[in-house]
Amino acid sequence: MAAAAPVAPPARRAAAAPAPSWRRRVFGEHPSAWLFILPSTLLILGFNFLPMAWAFLLSLQRSDLVTPAEWIGLDNYRALLRDPTFGDAVQHTLVYTALFVPLSVIGGLAIALMLNRRIRFIGVYRTLVFVPFIMSAAAQGVLFSFILDPQYGLANAALDGVGIARQGFLQDPGQALYVLVGIGLWGGLGFCVIVFLAALQDIPRELLEAASIDGARRWATLRKIVLPSLRPVTIFLLVWQTFQALQLFDLVYATSRGGPLGATTVVVYYVYEQAFQFFHAGYGSAAAYVLALAIFALGGTQLAVRALRRRRAVA
Amino acid sequence: MTLRRLPFSPWHLVLAPLALLFAAPLIWLFLTSFMSNAQINQFPPTIIPDALHLTGYDYVLSNGLFPRWFLNSAIVSAAAVASNLVLCSLAAYAFARMRFRGSNVVFGLMLTTLVIPFQLTMIPTFLIMKELGLIDSLGALIVPGLVSAFGIFLLRQFFVSLPRELEEAARIDGCSRLTVLVKIVLPLARPALTTLAVLTFLTVWNDLTWPLIAISSDENYTLQLGLTTFQGQHRTEWAAVMAGDVLTTLPVLIAFLLAQRTFIQSLTSSAVKG
Repeated sequence: MAAAAPVAPPARRAAAAPAPSWRRRVFGEHPSAWLFILPSTLLILGFNFLPMAWAFLLSLQRSDLVTPAEWIGLDNYRALLRDPTFGDAVQHTLVYTALFVPLSVIGGLAIALMLNRRIRFIGVYRTLVFVPFIMSAAAQGVLFSFILDPQYGLANAALDGVGIARQGFLQDPGQALYVLVGIGLWGGLGFCVIVFLAALQDIPRELLEAASIDGARRWATLRKIVLPSLRPVTIFLLVWQTFQALQLFDLVYATSRGGPLGATTVVVYYVYEQAFQFFHAGYGSAAAYVLALAIFALGGTQLAVRALRRRRAVA
Repeated sequence: MTLRRLPFSPWHLVLAPLALLFAAPLIWLFLTSFMSNAQINQFPPTIIPDALHLTGYDYVLSNGLFPRWFLNSAIVSAAAVASNLVLCSLAAYAFARMRFRGSNVVFGLMLTTLVIPFQLTMIPTFLIMKELGLIDSLGALIVPGLVSAFGIFLLRQFFVSLPRELEEAARIDGCSRLTVLVKIVLPLARPALTTLAVLTFLTVWNDLTWPLIAISSDENYTLQLGLTTFQGQHRTEWAAVMAGDVLTTLPVLIAFLLAQRTFIQSLTSSAVKG
């Protein structure tokens, strides 16, 4: 990082002003800039790094937030490894992620390709596909609890209509997690679609026209020109959607509350339960750290890949 | 090909059902919110309200704390939007145009906070808010969201892309940095500011996790928290639950539709190019 380079005041200016004030020497050319960034810096760093360090200290303690905490080293982490409920939560999170991420990215790409044409009503189609994304997970959850209600819901009525057996949906332990994937896709596909659409519209026209002059078939154009130019945006979406999937919580709270029989207890829901319902702040923090490490590793990998690609592009 | 002879593009045959798939749950939500409970409990369900029943809306708006929750959500969101616009503009301008010691380090640290997941910081943030005596008050919901690193990043990208000449001329005329920011830069940055405002509004209005943790008395609930609780307590009042769901979603829907073009453009450009 070239952190120090732009900071030193240019020599010419220093010569023109014979005695540069000490403030300028300490704070750089525009010391007043610190006044501009100070409130934001304190708030952002204070509400991120301080809690992050605090959470780590908590994870090394047996703490219920009421009685004095006791230092227990890595015991919380060891206990997590042996805790079958946490194991299940990790598994549920992984299943959700493994389904949600590829389906939303591939589905988003397919829909974006279909929506990337100039026909009538295309603006309406695009808006309709995107609108569920702005609805809160709580509102989505409440709506789908109603639609999927085993007794009164529209979904079972529709299944009756076509002669398929009624389903338990969110109340069936074997289905609930997959139903959540479905609701997540309904609400989350739109984001992938608009990001892909923007990237598609960024592909230079000349490139596509050149291909059509060459007589390239549509499929070949897609494979040789369109998909490669979408690579950066696809990687971004894969990482972004994985972040979202690993942090699933609101939708679970608004629909199944981790049930039935723990079938939808994902990691963040587990952290919430431990910390705010059983008051195991230390244990909950350890669980949160396990998930956070996975997220940091993912973010780190993406940055490394990006840096590598940049270097290759320069060379 | 027979398809070619259609008076419209054959793509409509795929796209219309697809769009309907996304819209159908919302249409259904809207329709049921105008039904009576008797009609909702009918089996098999009917799609069109048999009359324009406002009983659901009447129930949520006159009974209980629903209007209060709406107001709480509005206060918290308005505070977050106003403060983000001010604080992010100030910081983003400094990062975009001023040279000062530590700028790269601080900006870098701010960007790293973007990958810190909320569930990692939520337990200590709860403790901090408790120390500050803000837990179970709207203050606890406002303070952690006063400014966002993503907002600073978004505005900085925009400010950097603006031409410097106007600003330099104003500086020569003796305007302070703050005057330049307020009088020249911000009016040019309307699209970016709109995006930041809509994005902040959406995030804060829609949040459930943090209010769930920070608030315990029901008169301080936000709409999202109230809605999920309300649904749990009024299982049979479907019309009211659906009316509540509509009222919860309507403000973000309006904000989005008003700012749709600007919003989608800047959101995607930071994803595509960032």
